[in-house]
Amino acid sequence: MAGLMSRASLVVKSKFSKVLDRAEDPGETLDYSYEKQLELLQNVKRGIADVVTAKKRLELQEAQLQQSLVKLDSQAREAVAANREDLARQALERKSGLQQQLQALDQQTQQLQQQQEKLVASEKTLSAKVEAFRTQKETIKAQYSAAEAQVRIGEAATGIGEQMADTGLAIQRAKDKTDQMQARASAIDELTTSGAREDFTSDQTELDRQLGAIASQSQVDRELEQMKAELGSGEEKKELQQ
Amino acid sequence: MIVRLMGEGQYDVDDEVAKGLNELDEQAAQALEAGDEEQLGELLRRMAEQVRTNGARLADEDLSPSEAIVPPDDLSLDEARELFEGEGLIPDLPTV
Repeated sequence: MAGLMSRASLVVKSKFSKVLDRAEDPGETLDYSYEKQLELLQNVKRGIADVVTAKKRLELQEAQLQQSLVKLDSQAREAVAANREDLARQALERKSGLQQQLQALDQQTQQLQQQQEKLVASEKTLSAKVEAFRTQKETIKAQYSAAEAQVRIGEAATGIGEQMADTGLAIQRAKDKTDQMQARASAIDELTTSGAREDFTSDQTELDRQLGAIASQSQVDRELEQMKAELGSGEEKKELQQ
Repeated sequence: MIVRLMGEGQYDVDDEVAKGLNELDEQAAQALEAGDEEQLGELLRRMAEQVRTNGARLADEDLSPSEAIVPPDDLSLDEARELFEGEGLIPDLPTV
């Protein structure tokens, strides 16, 4: 069984093996290669911009969901005041479910933040390498025979290709992450609007789900008692004042 | 030996460190085979830590290729499988 390091190298190298095949006329290949690198660099920058946009949209959505929490809380209070414990319970159940989903979303936001930081650093490294390639290609053209140039082009292109594959992976992962979060946020949106009691966290076992339901139920009971007590003491005060 | 930590950068490490890396790497491959995500993550973290602590970071403009590539340490099992199948995770690069 091959180790992971050699397997990763193999995968990365297979992604840019074609880069090396092209080196026929060194001077021409170098210029063409550099142009392509600039194009790829632009793609990378667009990819990063997409991730940043998706992240901002998610943050906005999260803020809206936080407001839903506040709204559900006040709805529950109103229901208790109206002596509609059944409705208050529904609102609090929905709030508790929403809170759990928001926590999960929050964790993913933090992971995405870290990925974004790495992505920006990775793009900076790629830019520096492309710039170094530009300088080197002129040196290679001016100083080396065709045969020597082949070797040097091969090395430089490998170094660049490796970085491109690495940055490409970072972008892909960040995109996958935002897609996942988008799906989760949409599911939560549905939860708040329809109140459907579904399990959106795919990796939970039945036991996890039941434990979560118990915790959620007791929180609902606790909050319900607390609200009753608060409202109860408020009414007593009113009676005393009269 | 030049080692790339994916998503992070390249480092130059000596033979002693490389030897330690290979041992951890073997265990990581076993963890992946066994489908043990936690163990895989822990081993990849230790590998990255070894490289970071004992290696000298290469300058950004250095164009040297790496002799070994360490996958990101927060790789999930699904991502790892996808990465090593060579199909999905790294997008295809246009011919340069």
